[in-house]
This record gives sequence, C-alpha cells and structure tokens, in this order.
Amino acid sequence: MFEEYKNLWVYIESSNGVAANVGLELLNPTRALADSVNEKLVAIVIDSKDTEALAQTAIKYGADEVIVVEGEEYASYSTDAYTNVLNVLAEKYKPSAIFIGATNRGRDLGPRLAARVKTGLTADCTSLAMDNGNIVWTRPAFGGNLMANILCPEHRPQLGTVRPGVFKKAEPDEHRVGNIIKEDITTPLEMIRTKIVDIVTTVSSDVPNIEEAEILVSGGAGVGGPEGYGVLKELALAMGGSIAASRAAVDAGWIDHAYQVGQTGKTVGPKIYIACGISGAIQHVAGMSSADVIIAINKDPEANIFKVADYGIVGDLFEVVPILTEEIKKRR
Amino acid sequence: MGYILNEESMDIVKLARDFAEKEVKPVCAQYDETGEFPMDLYQKAFDLGFHALEIPEQFGGSGLDYYTCCAVYEEFARIDAGFCTGVAADGLALKTVLMFGNDEQKQYFADYICGGKGNGFAAFALTEPDAGSDAGAGKTVAQKVGDEYVINGRKCFITNAGPAQIYVVFAITDKSKGAKGYSAFIVERDRAGVSVGKEENKMGIRLSNTADVVFDDVHVPADHLIGKEGKGYGYAMSTLDLARPIIGAMAAGIIRRCIEECVAYAKQRVTFGKPIIKHQVNSFKLADMQIKLETTRAAVINCFNQYYAGKPYGEAAAIAKCYGGDSSVECALEAIQILGGYGYSREYPVEKLLRDAKIMQIYEGTNEIQRMVISGYVCR
Amino acid sequence: MDILVCVKQVPDTTEIKINYETNTLIREGVPSIVNPFDAYALEVAVRLKEKHGGTVTVLSMGPDQAKAALKECLSVGADKAYLLSDRAFGGSDTLATSYILASAIHSLGKFDLIMCGKQAIDGDTAQVGPEIAEHLDIPQVTYALDADVTEDGKVIVKKETETGYEMVETQIPALLTVVKTEFEPRMASVKAKIAANRKPIDVITSQDITIDLSRAGLKGSPTKVKKTYTPPMKGDSVVIKEETAKESVDKLISILDEKSII
Repeated sequence: MFEEYKNLWVYIESSNGVAANVGLELLNPTRALADSVNEKLVAIVIDSKDTEALAQTAIKYGADEVIVVEGEEYASYSTDAYTNVLNVLAEKYKPSAIFIGATNRGRDLGPRLAARVKTGLTADCTSLAMDNGNIVWTRPAFGGNLMANILCPEHRPQLGTVRPGVFKKAEPDEHRVGNIIKEDITTPLEMIRTKIVDIVTTVSSDVPNIEEAEILVSGGAGVGGPEGYGVLKELALAMGGSIAASRAAVDAGWIDHAYQVGQTGKTVGPKIYIACGISGAIQHVAGMSSADVIIAINKDPEANIFKVADYGIVGDLFEVVPILTEEIKKRR
Repeated sequence: MGYILNEESMDIVKLARDFAEKEVKPVCAQYDETGEFPMDLYQKAFDLGFHALEIPEQFGGSGLDYYTCCAVYEEFARIDAGFCTGVAADGLALKTVLMFGNDEQKQYFADYICGGKGNGFAAFALTEPDAGSDAGAGKTVAQKVGDEYVINGRKCFITNAGPAQIYVVFAITDKSKGAKGYSAFIVERDRAGVSVGKEENKMGIRLSNTADVVFDDVHVPADHLIGKEGKGYGYAMSTLDLARPIIGAMAAGIIRRCIEECVAYAKQRVTFGKPIIKHQVNSFKLADMQIKLETTRAAVINCFNQYYAGKPYGEAAAIAKCYGGDSSVECALEAIQILGGYGYSREYPVEKLLRDAKIMQIYEGTNEIQRMVISGYVCR
Repeated sequence: MDILVCVKQVPDTTEIKINYETNTLIREGVPSIVNPFDAYALEVAVRLKEKHGGTVTVLSMGPDQAKAALKECLSVGADKAYLLSDRAFGGSDTLATSYILASAIHSLGKFDLIMCGKQAIDGDTAQVGPEIAEHLDIPQVTYALDADVTEDGKVIVKKETETGYEMVETQIPALLTVVKTEFEPRMASVKAKIAANRKPIDVITSQDITIDLSRAGLKGSPTKVKKTYTPPMKGDSVVIKEETAKESVDKLISILDEKSII
C-alpha cells in the first residue's frame, strides 16, 4: 500500500552546528527498527554551519545516510523555515516515518509539519516498536496515569516526537561510514513570519543537565525547604551525581525548575535515582521510571514511591541521608 | 446533603470554597497567632463581592437568597470562622437597613459596602457595657435638635468597629419608654465625635475585629433615622432573628471542618494494629458529629423556609443558632479528643476550632437568651 | 483587538488515582475543570483586551457538559462562548480536532489572535494549537509566557525556552500557545458568576460551519489508539524498616553491594 514510502528519518536537532542529545539518542532505538524492516535509517540535519560535522556525528551514532540542508536562514530555529524544509524533503523522498525529539522545538515543529503533510503525529513517546510495518508509538496520557499504544496505519509518513532522556545514545562507532546528501533548499525570508528579537538566559549555567546525570539524588515535599537540599547535595557529591527535585519542591520555590523531574519537568534515566521525601505521584514517576535502580527514602510507609522503587528505606530523610553519605564516603 | 441550590448558587458556593481554600487557608493560622487584622484578605473577598451577597441587585449587590448566603458562610467558616464573622457582620448591619430603611437609605448604605463610597466594612452597634443580653438597658442617647439628632454613648464588642466606615447605631430617643424608646440610626465613621475604642484581644475568631465605638456629641441629619422613632428595639430584635441562622450556618462550617480533620487523622493514625477510624468508639463519634452537622443545616434551612413563607421565624432562628452553637463546641471538643495530644497542639488546626466555636454560643444573643426566646414560645 | 481562545474541559488529572488491584484509572468523582493551560491563555487574552479593548471569544469542542467549562470562562472575562458539538466530531484525533476547530474559527469570523493552552492535561499532546495555525495558514508562537500587541499590529511574545526566554516578534493574525504564566488566572467575582450563568452559550454543529466531514471524526483521524493500559508498577520492591536509621542504611548498602549496584 505504501511501497513508495521507505526509510526511517530522525531529525538531528542542532543549534549553531552543535547537536542536541535527543536526536543522537533517537538514532539508537530507530536503528533497530530500521533493521527489523530492512530499511535505511536516515538522519536529517538543518543548520547554518558545520553540517558536515553534524552529519558525520549522526553516522557514528547509527545513521546510514544523512540529508543535509544548510543556509543562513536556518541559523536560529523558526517554525516556518524548518517546517518548509522537512515538508519539501518528505515530499521528495517519501520516508515511512519521521522521529523528532520532544523538545520545545520538536513540539513546535512536529504538529506544524503533521498538519502540513496531513498525517498523524504521536507526541511525547516513551517507547517505540514495529508491528507489521507500522510504528507502535507508546506515550503517556492523563498526566502519566495511562499509557497508550498508537498507530498511524493509513497515512505516510508516520510522525512522532520522543521525549529526551528516554533512550540512551549508542556507543559511537568511529569507523562507521555513510552517505551524505546535500539538498539545496532555500526558504525566502518573507516566508518566515516570526523573528527572535532577544534571547534571555535565566537558568544559571552551573545548573547541571540532570538528563545526562548517571546518579540523581532527588528531593520532594519532605525536604521541607531550600536549606533541606544541603544534605541531598552532600550525598550527590559523595556519589558523583547531581540533585534533582519533584514538582512539589519546585512549586514551593525551594529549587529551580531546571531540576524538576516529571511530567511537567524533565525525563531522566540515570543509573541510580534516589528519591528523598517524594511521595511518588504518577506525574513524577513518569519522569524517572526508566532509571536503572530506584531507591526511595520516605517517612510514610504507605507512600506510592515504595511501589515504584527497587529499594526503599522507611525513615526520616534527614536521619537516613547523612548516614548514607558517610557510608558511601567510607567506601571511596 | 445540605443545601439544595440551583446551578447559579452552586457556582457561587464553589467560588466561595475556592476562595477560602486558596486565599484564606494559607494565611489564617498566622493571623490567628498574631491577632493582626487581615485587611488585604478582606479586600480581596470584597473585590469579589462576598460581602454584598444579600444586597438586592438594584442597589448594587448580588441579590442572593439566604440559603445561598448561608452555604457561602459555611464554606468560609469551615476554613476560618473569624474571617467569616468579619464578612457576615456587614450583613448584620445591612439587615436593619434592608428591612426597615427607605430606598434612599438602602442605596446610601449599600454604596458604602459595595458602591465604592467606603471600604466595604459596616458594623451593627447595639451592645453596651451594661446592656448585652439585656439590650433594653442601654445608655446611649439620641436627642433631637432641630433637623438633627445628637448621639452620645459607648458601644462595645462591636464586630468590624475598627475598619467600618458606616454603622447602624441603636440609641434611646425617649428615656421614659424603656425598650420602646429606642431608635436606629445610620452613622458614618467620619462624623465628628465618632471614635473607635480599645480592640478586644479575643480567645478565638481572631481574624475579626471587635472594638468599642464611642459617640461624643455626634450630629447626624434627621434623614439618618431608620424607620420610625421608638421602633429601634423591635428593629434590632428582627435583625438578630434574621442573623441568628447565619451563626448556625457558620457553626455548621466549623462542625464540617471538625469531621474532615478527624477523618483524615483517624485514617492514618494506627493504634492496636489498625487505623483508629476502625475503632468503633471513634467512628461513632464521627457519626454523632455528622448528625449534628446535618441537623444544624436543617435547622438553618427550616428558619429560612419560615421566613420566605412569610411566617414568624424567631423561634426557628433561635433553635438554629443555639443548636448549631452548642454542637460546634461539642464537636470541636470531640475533635481534640480524637486527635489526642495532637489535637491539643497548636501545630494542628483543631484547637483553633474550639476557640472559634465558643463564640457561637455567645454572640448575637447568648445561648441562654436563645433558650429564653424558645421557652417563651413553648411556655406561652 | 479580537481574540479567540480555544479551551478544553478535562478531568483534573491530579485527582486521578489508580486502582492497583485492577490496574485501571479511578475516574469516578474526578472533577471536570477548564484545562489549566487554557485558563492561562484566557488570562493573557483578557489582559490584552483590558489593555487594548476588543473582545475575547472562547470556543470549545466537546459534549454538552463542556458548557460548564465555557461558563467558567465567561465568568473570568470572556465575552462570548461557543460550544462545537456534533456526533460527526466524535473520535477525532489531534489532526481532525485541529481541522474542525480551524474550520469553526474560520466560519466565526476574523480574529487578530488565536490562543490555546500549551497542551491539555489529559492528552498532553501539545499538537492542536500548532495544527490549527497550519490549517489557518497563520504564524505560531508556542510556549508563550506573555504577549503584547503594538499599534501597527506587531505581536511581541515572551516565549519560554529551556534556558530562559526569548522575545519573538510576529504579526497579526497569529496563534499563540500559552504555558504556565508568571501570574495566576483571576478568580471570578460573585456578580460575574451570576452574569455567566445568564449568558447564552451558542452550540454550533457541522451544519453551521464550512467543513469537509471526511476530515473529521474517526475517519478523519490518521492515528488510532491500539490499546491503553496503566503503567506497570514494580511489584518486588524491597522496603527496609529497621530499628534505627543506621541499621536501615547498613542493610541497604549490603543489598546494593551484593547486587553490585554500588
């Protein structure tokens, strides 16, 4: 039915020639999906510079082929220019699916593109599979209370955005080679109807990227106040990780939103996630359930977090965490 | 159970609940502690029109019936009975004017509450140092001099006395006639000779202001006389009759909170291997509280059923106030007992419920007075 | 300045609990609310109206019960409300929904700004806004924290980014999707509640608008929900509760050691 639609595409989000993690992460699960249907995995690079290097990076992380579009008008992201490029490319090459990171940019671009090519989009996916030539897109709904498996069986290309941090990047293969296709697509300036006139950074640069951390010590309502993060920081330091937070703590103003894990924050996938004084609302769990090991420390033995955790200690975090920190330090 | 209201009224009750939860709840414990007057909080409530519920729409209010007003007061008192008292005290002063004033006076008074003339606060000034339950024994006088009355005297325990910009004042115009010599006046705060005396440092309802008001040769124009000369005592009693079920509604709010706090606590507190709510001694106490809640509400509703049917409602009003007031104190005491040591601690809200509930047996006619009223009907 | 705000009535997902025995959502007794992000969008719209004059219209697609959400909007500053309701719209996915909404907006008249919440808290897709913009062929700015409009029809949007915010300029007509703003949506006044109860809510059906019904409802929806399920919970948690915190930590460390986790 869709014989002319072939190959899986991953959009490699980049700014000023630097790739965001999410695109490279996506090359990992989609590599397996492409192999399962004997199709090529194609990376799409759109930027104003260093596109050759971006393309090489994409290949190292698993792409068979890279389509590159370079131009001054792509220096900063705009809905109109980027939608135009992807639409033109999709019409020409007819991919069977396009995967986009569910970043602010991806969630701006994805639906605009879907409406233009009149196809189905599944947003914010947390798991991907292949069923009879169709991608099975799995995504949380109802604030993470419900998971849905979604198909787009009668339209091509299939579109989806995937949450950053859900998949891990493959080990880069320095010897991998691939084909790089340069496409010359210009978007006339009058077609770009939005203009960024100022960029303001309010998140301080010393805030670690919790999506990348291997160990996270996370605090919630039980932390009691901004000063409560002191003991968590010490544990994080001893373990070589970072602190994080639940929405309750962020909403209370104890810690910056950049640290928030969950449905309205970031999705993280560390090796160890230590949840301290976090009740374990489903919205929080949605952001950390892919951690390899979850350890919970909570006063309330009935707290939901114990249903999610691999290991839990019932107790006051202000008693437990300092002792744990000492024990960890002894071992180093 | 409780009030059966139409959609519009239910929306307003829901709004009151949201306001109480979002605006009052986070700050009431702190104001209870300090005794500071939460002017901003009241202004927020007034901006939304919660003090003008019963003022007819033609005078700038919302024209709601008393069932809806009571359901709103229950929501407020559930969170803080002191705040509710401050809001409801406007209504107390209003009732005299709405029932017995002329249209000009209604508009004039309403403008002070919700027409931008005042700050939204009004007060009802009846009680005097030597005339509480025995309201007829007052000493405040109003002497007619030409086109004016000159008022002299001192009122005490007046809710909203401090912030109010307008008062309804009861004064004797004819000493020889005792209670039949009373008249009611509208008096603005900014008239020469009006001053506010000491503020009471109260056991409970600490978000409300209670103070003395002193009238020292205060001249008011004759058109500030409400109704007729000599009818004031009757006006005061009618006003209180209509206001008493509102105390019942506030008591229902306190009882509801007692139940909520107890249920939440008793579900998670474990003794002898099970949550204490599973111990019959506690679940029966909760059942008794629920009986008192619904009976109080029913008494309030009954009073207004009589009122709207055009029947005498003084007895029903006294029953609603007396039963609700007593029940709220009983329930608050039981709530403390169920929470045990935590109930006695200021960390938990139930000890405040008792302090707030106690006034329900005292103000707007002590429960002894209510029993006099009721026995008067029974024994006649 | 005429603004249209798209709103959705949603279950309050923060109130939803899971029955762990049956692994299903407990939806009974969960209140229906105006999608919180839509409430932020409406507040931004009403503030713009208060500043520049004009009207705010709210539009919702849904069953008759969704009138309650529209009434809520009327009580906090919306001037007019339309409910888009038709059996033919049932089962629409985001593409079909956005097409229906765009068709209705087109039929309702000219608007300077269309506003939507960033996403609905039940579906969490964040797709309908940008898709409407595409159907209407107007520019979009997503993740708006606030917005203003200049005399010459420029729209200045404060757009939230991962590291702060950007000021983005576009021109009317445009579509904005609004995130949690720095200000709280206003509370209705008692009088506004009463007025909202007395205002009519116009119900529009497919008959009232120009629409290609093959693009609406189930048949107009490219995505199909294959199955839904509650996320699996780990059933084998090891919960430690020793006499003292020290003993608990020791036990945890020894387990982690044994499993070579640390």
